[in-house]
Amino acid sequence: MLHIPCPYCGPRDETEFHYGSEAHVAYPENSSNLTDEEWAKFVFIRSNPKGWMAERWVHSAGCRRWFNVWRNTINHEFGPSYKPFTQQPKSPA
Amino acid sequence: MSTVNFTFDGKQYSGEKGESLASALLRNGVVYFTDSSYKDRPRGVMGLWVEETNALVNVDSGAGEPLKPATTIELVEGLVVRSAQGVGDLPDTRDNSRYDKANRHVDVLVVGAGTSGLEAAKKFSDQGKSVIVMDDKPAAGGHLTYLGQPVPAELLAVLDRANVTYLPRTTVQGMYDQGYSVATERRTDHLDSNVHTEMSRIRTWHVRADHTVLATGAFQRHLVFANNDRPGIMLSHAAATYVSNGANPFNTAVVVTVDNQGYRDAIRLHKAGVKVAAVVDIRKKVSKATKKSSRKAIEALGIRLIKGATVVDTSANLVGILSSVTIGQAKSDLRETITADLLAISGGWTPVVHLATFIGIKPTWSEKRAAFVVKHHSQFVSTTGMLAGDFGDDDEPAVFFGPKLTAEQGLVAFVDYQRDATYRDFKRAIDAGMRSIEHVKRYTAIGTAHDQGKTSGTVTMGLIGQAIGKAPDEIGSLTFRPPYISIPFAALAGRDRGLLSDPERTTPIHSWHVASGAPMEDVGQWKRPWYFPKSGETMHAAVLRECAAVREGVGVMDASTLGKIDIQGKDAGQFLDMIYTNMFSTLKVGMSRYGLMCGIDGMVFDDGVTTRISENHWLMTTTTGGAAKVLDWLEEWLQTEWPHLEVYCTSVTEQISTVAIVGPKSRELMKRLAPSLDVSNESFAFMENKHADVAGVPARVARISFSGELAYEINVPAIYGLHIWESVMSQGADLNITPYGTETMHVLRAEKGFVIVGQETDGTQTPDDLDMNWIVSKKKDDFIGKRSFSRADTAREGRHQLVGILADDGSYVIPEGAYIVAGADANTPPPVKHIGYITSSYDSAALGRSFALALVANGLARKGEKIAIPMADRVVTGVITDSVFVDKENTRRDG
Repeated sequence: MLHIPCPYCGPRDETEFHYGSEAHVAYPENSSNLTDEEWAKFVFIRSNPKGWMAERWVHSAGCRRWFNVWRNTINHEFGPSYKPFTQQPKSPA
Repeated sequence: MSTVNFTFDGKQYSGEKGESLASALLRNGVVYFTDSSYKDRPRGVMGLWVEETNALVNVDSGAGEPLKPATTIELVEGLVVRSAQGVGDLPDTRDNSRYDKANRHVDVLVVGAGTSGLEAAKKFSDQGKSVIVMDDKPAAGGHLTYLGQPVPAELLAVLDRANVTYLPRTTVQGMYDQGYSVATERRTDHLDSNVHTEMSRIRTWHVRADHTVLATGAFQRHLVFANNDRPGIMLSHAAATYVSNGANPFNTAVVVTVDNQGYRDAIRLHKAGVKVAAVVDIRKKVSKATKKSSRKAIEALGIRLIKGATVVDTSANLVGILSSVTIGQAKSDLRETITADLLAISGGWTPVVHLATFIGIKPTWSEKRAAFVVKHHSQFVSTTGMLAGDFGDDDEPAVFFGPKLTAEQGLVAFVDYQRDATYRDFKRAIDAGMRSIEHVKRYTAIGTAHDQGKTSGTVTMGLIGQAIGKAPDEIGSLTFRPPYISIPFAALAGRDRGLLSDPERTTPIHSWHVASGAPMEDVGQWKRPWYFPKSGETMHAAVLRECAAVREGVGVMDASTLGKIDIQGKDAGQFLDMIYTNMFSTLKVGMSRYGLMCGIDGMVFDDGVTTRISENHWLMTTTTGGAAKVLDWLEEWLQTEWPHLEVYCTSVTEQISTVAIVGPKSRELMKRLAPSLDVSNESFAFMENKHADVAGVPARVARISFSGELAYEINVPAIYGLHIWESVMSQGADLNITPYGTETMHVLRAEKGFVIVGQETDGTQTPDDLDMNWIVSKKKDDFIGKRSFSRADTAREGRHQLVGILADDGSYVIPEGAYIVAGADANTPPPVKHIGYITSSYDSAALGRSFALALVANGLARKGEKIAIPMADRVVTGVITDSVFVDKENTRRDG
């Protein structure tokens, strides 16, 4: 079970959280002006890196707040977590 | 030591309390233990601990347990066991033992209380860290006990320190990410049954450690030669340990070895009074150190040394017990047969790499140690001792797994004893082209038995290497999965059994449902009444009766489980416009509107009715199962995309109880319940909300209908839910008020073609696919999902669309999930093209026949088309229809 550092509550067990995919994939403004390809990229395409990745989690069974956190997809190690709309810490890589 | 009595296969024996069952049986001269699982080969005890492959028993006394290695059972008074020929059976009696769980956060978890584990515990304890030492044996010492050596007192004393917790008989079963481990502690099986205890039998530990030290030690392994499985053939450290402790049924031993451990064990056997006829060492040349120590030591005792040779075969007496050992040299045909009733094998050490591989650490092959070892140091995990390749003194093992075998010998040379898998089986896998250990394992079943390849794993890797001329680590790596040893399910459940196994959610009206005898349907964790049968009534009859009562009179349903989210703030309307496909910001105060939400991919995600309570106050309802998911969804958009919106969401599902009264007579009943409320259609219209006293309780009444009938939903604070329900039942008695459950609700909504998200949808339906184009706003610039509706795939022809299906035989209810094929009947030869499937299917009182909803490719354009549904026993024919079966004009909702 992962041990996830909520920036509001501190480290908690994975069962308290839900996953929210890759962070910093903003909802496009003027979506109607996007080409099908541009829109499909937003809806379906994620970077899926091997290694460190910034992703979104929600502390559903805790403070109910969404936040971003660095996680290493190889060994599930967590890096720093941070609140939305705050400066992103550097990748631990 | 006290003497205790035990029963093995119906015979009484006595042994020393606390020794292992295997040891006690040897003490009683029981060498021939049982027959093997598949080939009925006589077998005896092979090992010393959980690596045991042969001596499995079913325990009948105490809590009872199937397939336990006799080597791990501590002898207690009154123990009753039966030998298990590879097949376990559970006792018929209920296990009344207690099981519990404990959680522990700790600085350092040390797995294994051998020398290395104790040294690690000392190091971290010295640094002031909190340390927990878990060891699966009854006493600390680990490998030293294999060598017959005492544990240094100063190391043992570490276990008594204040910052060290020592848990013996505690097996770390699984290791996971971020220092999370799960262990089981056996607490009572070793106590005499007449000792009264309230203790749990097994405690499951959930440990979160900042750092975990793996000091799991090693098992000895066997060699593969002809007839290597007879009773009397054992791992050398096991034989030496049993015999040194006085469990000695043997007279003459041969020791075969690839390393110096065989010498140490030969000496221990000799000292315990066994005549060691020979030490057979595969190594011709050894280092000076080995010459000076090991070889010199046995020479001094007069033990014969045979160098550069190995065992090639064995013989048995008439019973099947070992009687002699045949020795041969690799490059010669010379053979010598030595009479012996014990053959002690030292085939090298196999470090216990299991826990390390659980978290993805790959063992590496050490040619020097002839073993897979794990040298690992990271923030979370480090390894030490034999696991890390530190075998203490220089064992100098040869890389050797067995002599060259003839085809005939291969038939009786066992690689995996429990699976009776032989060298011949192994060779067939190689000859069939298998190279990876994972393929060989699946081809031969090696490593799949109770011991999960604890000893046979490395042997198999070695044999593959020998067969194809590669080093073992070129073959692949050993991978294991938790649990390390078998665990009773009861231990994992702990106290969460029966009613406590899963949380149950019930409405404030639940007690009434239970008293009425209604069977319950599980909807997520909610318990909802399924139907309300009268005495002797079948479900089918009850549901038809309930449906008819609603369509002709008045029914009542507990709708309290619907997810409810209170939404407040000045931007709530704007927010809901983005969340729902239709318009909400223009909704008048006091009005409700049905809404559909989609994901960004344009697929329907949830639905429900949302009410504008006041200018900036809304109440959203969601599907019963979707409430938590929807709340997360709303918060995600608010917190990560539109933080500038002033909107606050709160779950109020449990705070509000909802009682729906439904049917043409519901207006009359509503009038009685709320005399002050004008219930006429003119002043209380469809989708309108009114605040009123209902049965003396302040309520919000809404004209919302999920059946197409005139209906009133009475919303009250949860505490009044039961009161409202009982008032409805008493005030409606002369109207034949009929309580109905989820099944009738489903039939009524399906008759109207109302979808249930999750039943008509599976995450691949757009509103258009559900024939709900009317709910998609054309005015709004944007809402979640909008852009996806014009994607090529969502806009294409031929998508599955919601339609009705009527079978030609109206008495037949088509099973839900059945496939629909086009242009076919019973006489059409296969293959036929399937065009869709049934999503909902019921018998209808209103229609007097069966009907179904279905998703059919291009279905909306195919109404009137004949279809067929192939079932196992017949082909059902029918026709595609509109998805609305009752009251297409919506005349009934106003009464």
